[in-house]
Amino acid sequence: MLSFIARRLGLLIPTFFGVTLLTFALIRLIPGDPVEVMMGERRVDPQMHAEAMHRLGLDKPLYAQYLDYIGALSHGDLGQSLRSQESVWREFLALFPATLELAFAALIFASVLGLGAGVVAALRRGSAIDHGVMGLALTGYSMPIFWWGLVLIMFFSVYLGWTPVSDRLDLLFDVPPVTGFMLIDTLLSDEDGAFLDALRHLILPAIVLGTIPLAVIARMTRSAMLEVLREDYVRTARAKGLSPTRVVVVHALRNALIPVLTVFGLQVGALLAGAVLTETIFSWPGIGKWLIEAIGARDYPVVQNGILLIACLVILVNFVVDILYGLVNPRIRHQR
Amino acid sequence: MAEPTPLAATDPSLLYPSPFREFCKAFASNRGALGGLAFLLLIVFCALFAPWVAPHDPSEQYRDFLLTPPAWLDAGQAQFLLGTDELGRDLLSRLIHGARLSLLIGLASVAMSLIPGVLLGLLAGFSPRLLGPSIMRLMDIMLALPSLLLAVAIVAILGPGLINTVIAIAIVSLPAYVRLTRASVMVEVQRDYVTAARLAGAGLPRLMFVTVLPNCMAPLIVQATLSFSSAILDAAALGFLGLGVQPPTPEWGTMLASARDYIERAWWVVSLPGLTILLSVLAINLMGDGLRDALDPKLKNAA
Repeated sequence: MLSFIARRLGLLIPTFFGVTLLTFALIRLIPGDPVEVMMGERRVDPQMHAEAMHRLGLDKPLYAQYLDYIGALSHGDLGQSLRSQESVWREFLALFPATLELAFAALIFASVLGLGAGVVAALRRGSAIDHGVMGLALTGYSMPIFWWGLVLIMFFSVYLGWTPVSDRLDLLFDVPPVTGFMLIDTLLSDEDGAFLDALRHLILPAIVLGTIPLAVIARMTRSAMLEVLREDYVRTARAKGLSPTRVVVVHALRNALIPVLTVFGLQVGALLAGAVLTETIFSWPGIGKWLIEAIGARDYPVVQNGILLIACLVILVNFVVDILYGLVNPRIRHQR
Repeated sequence: MAEPTPLAATDPSLLYPSPFREFCKAFASNRGALGGLAFLLLIVFCALFAPWVAPHDPSEQYRDFLLTPPAWLDAGQAQFLLGTDELGRDLLSRLIHGARLSLLIGLASVAMSLIPGVLLGLLAGFSPRLLGPSIMRLMDIMLALPSLLLAVAIVAILGPGLINTVIAIAIVSLPAYVRLTRASVMVEVQRDYVTAARLAGAGLPRLMFVTVLPNCMAPLIVQATLSFSSAILDAAALGFLGLGVQPPTPEWGTMLASARDYIERAWWVVSLPGLTILLSVLAINLMGDGLRDALDPKLKNAA
């Protein structure tokens, strides 16, 4: 197992450097003069221009610039936002829990419903329920989620008035940030009704963000279950006279979960991308909205290193999923 | 001895069906796929003949008819079948003209990622020592970034617009083609017919394009349909974020972005462009599922 982890870690390092090269190249690929673009004006005073170039280290040769970049990264220096002068790392840390909370809620929504729907569709193969579930799953998979969010707002917030339109908590509540997770913070605070309010804010964005993973998990669970239900050990379990529930949950579902687990890993990237759209629609103060605003304001240090941080996150999660996969399934562990 | 009966050789029911006819039969038996194809053909027709199909000019502003509801509602006007938007432009005409852009972006980005993707995949599959692994590492790096985010970053650098949208989406969908081509090439290269061709003196280009590539096409065709639909989705998402095709061009995602402010009083400007995107993407995905089942029965139950 240790050598398996070491091998995977070894693959991680070149990927990490590749991603830094990519984010490094991003800034240099801006057409025209980066200083003019960053200052937002043309014909900057030549002396100021030279100073800015020197301050940003842009007057050095490219390889020296890259080494500088890596050197700064190794000190944990991710630069400063051009707008707020705050360090990019601090801003990221402050906003990340909001995205994490949203992503967790979406993933819980998607996996509970998706696993259930997939199992039911597999057990009732070919029935109207199966066709219905699969049709809905394909619709969810084809969903433009930015539009889906608008439709849900239109129905639940505007028409029925059940849920708030944006943000994480009503301004009436004053909840001190402890963990950054609003659901936990509101429970810890002594504000009455704050928890329910936070929940009402979370529910629509979580549904929107969870829709595509839900569809993928439902399809994947169904096909994995169909595969497993044909196996001899399921027939044996039935022949032993075990209850149908026990056969499905303990014998079949547990083995069907292995491929579904990989999908979880793959969905993390999709979740982060979806968070960009979901947070924009619901004004959810997370890293997706932060990045889009930074792009709009041409805040390049934030764009560059925000993307680097997200890429590292995706790489890390996939690494953890790989390891988990090796733990669950020994056949993978011994492959080279 | 009796003469060999010529009947057996000519009886068509005893011959192998041609692969094309088998494919058509399998595809035609899938009702969802046929429905998807029909809807897609409708959109293609609208896109090709947009100026004749659309009842109005897509950018003509009827100032007396701002935010007119669809014709079947009380306040609706018969001349604006699906109503008008905040500038009094006919929604149906804009949707029909938008189909041109979406299909164009989809086709162009598929072509721009399929061709280099297949080339790189072939190279990677045929040179397993140095070039192959380095190409694959590069693709791994591109896959480490969520596709929409990478597209957003690329457009942020290149600037918004139609061509940059196509470039961004093409770059983002490149790794899937490379991986898929390489995986099928690695399997096919081991086969005897490739060894035979090699012994017969076929050069590398011939081996790549004439011997191996045609046998790797099935998964590539399926991937092309899937990335066609996701290109339409991504283009609309970029348009929605204000990074895609710029207004007043009638692009479906851009239309949604400007409709957001009217969410409380004009449901049709919000619902209809999104519904059009959803139905088009769904139609293409249904067709893709049908293609996959018909081309590669092994994959039938895979998600």
